[in-house]
Amino acid sequence: MAAVLSEGELSPSTPPATKAKRRLPQEFSIFLVLIGIAALFEILGWIFVGQSFLANPSRLQIIILQVSVIGIIAVGVTQVIITGGIDLSSGSVVAMSAMIAATFAQSSDWPKLIHPALTDLPFIVPLAVGLTIGAAAGFVNGWLITKTKIPPFIATLGMMVSARGIARWYTDASPVSGFTESFAMIGNGLDRWMPVVIFLAVAVFFHIVMRYTRFGKFTYAIGANPQAARVSGINIESHLIKVYMIAGLLAGLAAMVAIARIKTAQSGIGMMYELDAIAAAVIGGVSLSGGRGKILGTVIGALILGVVLSGFTFLKIDAYYQDIIKGGIIVLAVVIDQQRQNKMRKSR
Amino acid sequence: MSNPNVSTEPVAKARNYQYVLEVENVRKEFPGVVALDNVQLKIRPGTVHALMGENGAGKSTLMKIIAGIYQPDSGTVKLRDQVVKLPTPLSAQEAGIAMIHQELLLMNSMTVAENIWIRREPKNSLGLIDHNKMLQMTQDLFKRLNINLDPRAEISELTVGNRQLVEIAKAVSFNSDVLIMDEPTSAITEKDVAHLFSIIRDLRAQGIGIVYITHKMNELFEIADEFSVFRDGKYIGTHLSSDVTRDDIIRMMVGREISQMFPKEEVEIGEVVLSAHNLCRGKDFQNISFEVRAGEILGFAGLVGSGRSHVVETIFGVKPPDSGHIEIKGQRVNIKSPQDAIRNGMALLTEDRKETGCFLPLSIQENIQPAVLHERYVKRGFVEQKTLDQQSNDICAKMRVKTPSMFEIIENLSGGNQQKVLIGRWLLTDPKILIMDEPTRGIDVGAKAEIHRLVTQLAHRGVAVIMVSSEMPEVLGMSDRIVVMHEGRITGILHRNEADQVKIMDLAAN
Repeated sequence: MAAVLSEGELSPSTPPATKAKRRLPQEFSIFLVLIGIAALFEILGWIFVGQSFLANPSRLQIIILQVSVIGIIAVGVTQVIITGGIDLSSGSVVAMSAMIAATFAQSSDWPKLIHPALTDLPFIVPLAVGLTIGAAAGFVNGWLITKTKIPPFIATLGMMVSARGIARWYTDASPVSGFTESFAMIGNGLDRWMPVVIFLAVAVFFHIVMRYTRFGKFTYAIGANPQAARVSGINIESHLIKVYMIAGLLAGLAAMVAIARIKTAQSGIGMMYELDAIAAAVIGGVSLSGGRGKILGTVIGALILGVVLSGFTFLKIDAYYQDIIKGGIIVLAVVIDQQRQNKMRKSR
Repeated sequence: MSNPNVSTEPVAKARNYQYVLEVENVRKEFPGVVALDNVQLKIRPGTVHALMGENGAGKSTLMKIIAGIYQPDSGTVKLRDQVVKLPTPLSAQEAGIAMIHQELLLMNSMTVAENIWIRREPKNSLGLIDHNKMLQMTQDLFKRLNINLDPRAEISELTVGNRQLVEIAKAVSFNSDVLIMDEPTSAITEKDVAHLFSIIRDLRAQGIGIVYITHKMNELFEIADEFSVFRDGKYIGTHLSSDVTRDDIIRMMVGREISQMFPKEEVEIGEVVLSAHNLCRGKDFQNISFEVRAGEILGFAGLVGSGRSHVVETIFGVKPPDSGHIEIKGQRVNIKSPQDAIRNGMALLTEDRKETGCFLPLSIQENIQPAVLHERYVKRGFVEQKTLDQQSNDICAKMRVKTPSMFEIIENLSGGNQQKVLIGRWLLTDPKILIMDEPTRGIDVGAKAEIHRLVTQLAHRGVAVIMVSSEMPEVLGMSDRIVVMHEGRITGILHRNEADQVKIMDLAAN
């Protein structure tokens, strides 16, 4: 279409502004922080515990397995935050999806059956149920936000409370266990690495979506300036609903992975997961004001959280201190992000 | 903090100095750019000193240094012959330098009086805020400045022009010796401009040195005593405004001749491309009917608030009409959203670059690309990034967007360059109907001329152009026909050869 401008009339007198010169991605420095923290624990480990933090394959496996569930959620939450929104409901949606789907995942030889008629189903049935419920919760979030124009904070806060209620009510707060072998594979398959595989698959998929597809570009545009996005012809309402549905769907997926791995579902599952997921995104450099951030950053952010928590346990630091320090890290991440943004905005 | 009681007294303390403000050898660098290259500026008390220069010339940076927002890398600022350090905006205010920013910085949900006296509220004997006294002080201040506003009104209820007056009153209340005004007339009506100028003259008579940033040449001759020109971060010179002509100034600003400001060319006018039939929308506008043809530039003139922007918004589907309809090439179309409009070959450059135009935190590249993605450069949802980047680069190069790279955050560009990127966004979509709302507001002469030339070129290629503009010379110079609006109605449609300033003003004021 450059044909609209003929060469002669507006010929460039200044050199063309095209030479690619990218800044070093922010994610790189976050990765360095991850390395730094791991190295710090390694040193502290030798000093205080007398053993290596990193040279311990089973510890590393536990870290990454724990990170996987939060990580899957965080990939969805990241997209919501990039649109300039927030999702407080993911932890409760995990519980709701988990409780309902679990009742479709039981094997007939288990003594306490919720739906005796629905046992020994192929794993795809509970999986589909879990994902659908997650996506439905996301749809309700998105619908409330776009149609009633209430702030995402309030819409998802409502969902957070209600979904937790549904999770308790559904089985009268009794846990559900006795899953079929095939369903348990979602959390234990591939020699116990399945959660990690799923997490990485989800992360890579949405990394591609955010970076190389129109859908991703529109997500950034809406977060950067919804009014300009609208004038650019983006259907903000339907797009936002889709983004919240993705976040819900991924919460549902995380729920399936979590219950399949521990082979039981109880209504308290996923408590505070939403905050861990938001923290992972924020630590990973996703801007709470919208428009900026990457899936890769969130993945690294989730790893930082996992390493820090595991490191605290390794150093036998009391759980109370762990929470205090975790809170501090989250605040620090936002402070750093703010300063970075101010630096970029040099405005003449 | 200064005693608020004194503030309604006339200012005189700077009168006896030759210069109230002297800036010498000030240098400021940002990563990769020399924003100011050893510049100077000398302001006499009791004068209006205009600051001229294209966007990106360094005027704003210099003003921000004087107002304590930026620190210079080297050089000095002298106030009444004393070298001053201004580490914060507050310290500048206390030293007697007040700045009125282009984007007004008032608290919308608070009253006029609260905004003026914030942090300096008069207290009663209990240490609580004395609201009656605050109202009285505001009224005294307004009386002195000849401002007629209710001190109890909320800022959000006021027009932009009145908000400006509040900012001025606030600045004056600091007993300032230097008052910096950054394009104060860019968003207010003619009537408000006249009032503003009379206030400025009063302040000048009281001995205040006023620094006045503007892009409007006629304002310079009307209000300024002296002016200084900057170009590409360098100081070019200071002159009396009575000594120069308009062309002299333009030459100083751009460093090159601009042969013709409005290069209107004879263009073959084709078929009717778009027509509006009796469009109505609430109180915003009624019975709007007009047509625009291929190759035609249809200007929309009128006072600010006459409903022109509402009309183009509705045509572009941002807010659908209550009644009436739109035809494109004789076919009735139902445009309910901007998507529909884009699908029908329309493009809308909105009035407010920051609010509805730019994706401020994103790069130039990300800013230029979103609109075209509905139709082109996408295969199965995936963006064909390479081809698209190539096209975006081409357009930016041809429009002479000044930037170190396509990955620069758009917020860091000057207004003119931002506008070029936004126009580029629509050029990518290859529009048949280009709607531009104040396409050259607040941008420099050079960029303006380039945009005008571009619009002419598009007309040559058969694009139908609708151009809303409050700048009379622009409307008169560019348009084939001119629609004039007054209070939501079309009061006349003039042909190019019958239109002149008087007729348009007549119809606009009805």
